[in-house]
Amino acid sequence: MTELSLSQKTHNFARVKTPMKLVLTEPKWVQILLSLIVVAFISLFLILPLIYIFAAALSSGIHIYLNSITSPETLSSIYLTLTVVATVVPLNTFFGVLLAWTVTKYHFKGKSLMITLADLPFSISPVIGGLIFVLLFGDHGTLGKWLMAHNIQLVFNTAGIVIASLFVTYPFVARELIPVMESRGTQEEEASLILGASTLRTFFKVTVPNIKWGLLYGIILCSARTIGDFGAVSVISGHIVGQTNTMPLQVEAFYNGYQMEAAFALSSLMSVVALASLALKGYFDWKSSRTRSIDIK
Amino acid sequence: MFQSQLKSRAKMKRRQIIPGFGLTFGLSLSYLSLLVLIPLSMIFIYTSQLGWDGFLKQISQPLVLAAYRLSFTTALAASLINLVFGTLTAWVLVRYSFPGRKLIDGLLDLPFALPTSVAGITLATLYATNGWIGRLLPFKVSYTQTGIVIALILIGMPFVVRIVEPVLQNMEKEGEEASAVLGANRWQTLIHIVFPKIRAAAFSGFALAFSWALGEYGSVVFIAGNMPFKTESAPLVIMQKLEAFDYDGATSVALVLLIASFLILFLINFSQWLSKRKFADQ
Repeated sequence: MTELSLSQKTHNFARVKTPMKLVLTEPKWVQILLSLIVVAFISLFLILPLIYIFAAALSSGIHIYLNSITSPETLSSIYLTLTVVATVVPLNTFFGVLLAWTVTKYHFKGKSLMITLADLPFSISPVIGGLIFVLLFGDHGTLGKWLMAHNIQLVFNTAGIVIASLFVTYPFVARELIPVMESRGTQEEEASLILGASTLRTFFKVTVPNIKWGLLYGIILCSARTIGDFGAVSVISGHIVGQTNTMPLQVEAFYNGYQMEAAFALSSLMSVVALASLALKGYFDWKSSRTRSIDIK
Repeated sequence: MFQSQLKSRAKMKRRQIIPGFGLTFGLSLSYLSLLVLIPLSMIFIYTSQLGWDGFLKQISQPLVLAAYRLSFTTALAASLINLVFGTLTAWVLVRYSFPGRKLIDGLLDLPFALPTSVAGITLATLYATNGWIGRLLPFKVSYTQTGIVIALILIGMPFVVRIVEPVLQNMEKEGEEASAVLGANRWQTLIHIVFPKIRAAAFSGFALAFSWALGEYGSVVFIAGNMPFKTESAPLVIMQKLEAFDYDGATSVALVLLIASFLILFLINFSQWLSKRKFADQ
């Protein structure tokens, strides 16, 4: 941060001192043209669909809208999604923080391999994320016979959805934390330990305040992905209406049943959640840049 | 490579100062293995039981080959468009100021936050022949490959922008100034000074978007319409085979996709390592 502002200062300085007129930016008309292209592109592909969701949800009036978001199918899908979020997010937050701590506070061989492996769920198809658990726990699966003998069912029910969501959203917290913790180094923790604090106390009193905003954003992202995951959950849920439909699956069920208002009503709820998480992200970014600039002073 | 090995060996010799390495490393590795590594290895184990011939028979079905071709071409088209517009968007957001800039910057992450099935049904109805956009267009979009490309553009939009943006923000302006002082025009400066600096980042973003698009299911399934040979991409084929309890077929198709993702990931890491080494040399 300091480096950046310094270079900006020297840059301003140089500009004042140079007598020659330097071409350091594009002509005004190019700037306006490029900005217009970007605005048009984003409006067409992002803002218009977003507006359409709400327009379609409210197309038959507020009464129908309220009816659709309080229908039993919708409510049961919301309840299931909340259950999944309540299980997945705490677990993945804990293990995400643990992973970020392990790879940034200690030195060991194979560290970058570990980061790459932990990032795998992010780059492979969500359909594959569901498939692997069907292969593992399904009736024909490796553990399927054993699970059946012990009367444990891990696919086509809530447990399966939770496991697939755990897989899909595992990297999100650690992805946010690793860069922040890496740039912080280990000196502050070492100082705290030398002064006699326990590791846990060091973690909560020294590390957590430093990574607070990144951590919160990681949790938000992890929750948003858990709510929104479709591919993996689609494979593993088995499509039983009212029992194993999460919100995105219920959207699909409504859509395929030509209940457009209901599909878009539920979609609008999820869009509000998505927009809220973006707003929170903006707030966290602003907060963390403020704390950083105070630190530098 | 060798240097970094030496460096990490020197680091290894330093004692771990913060206690608890064994516990945290053990827990992290166990969770990673149970949740990611063992389940993922199922794809390899399952396919290896089919044998080489069985596997080849599964993936050389005309339907599967058509799906791979479709997935590859649509993902490539969408991520190339995102490469161009993403780089442009990052440039405009960092360098220019115009009303609504902050709003656009904030909304860019929407494709990550919005459930893919929501994006899918929205695009499918918007571009349907009687939809808001579809009725204005002289050609059909929903249930065609164009529709798939549009869905993939939407979901892959943030990658290039989010990777190129910080590089542009942290870029020193000295290079551009020197180039201008030495008499280069703006276009020459952009091509020879700015472009080389963002090339590696833009490529990483492109590759990530491509890999993400290859595996995308939720947004594609609604607008594609699942016509075999025409609009059925590889993840859709996996799903269809699973619904027919054809586990052999589904797993074989998945293995190829998985290997493609690994290759792309390797390419990204390799290009980052190359650019880092170049940076270190300078």
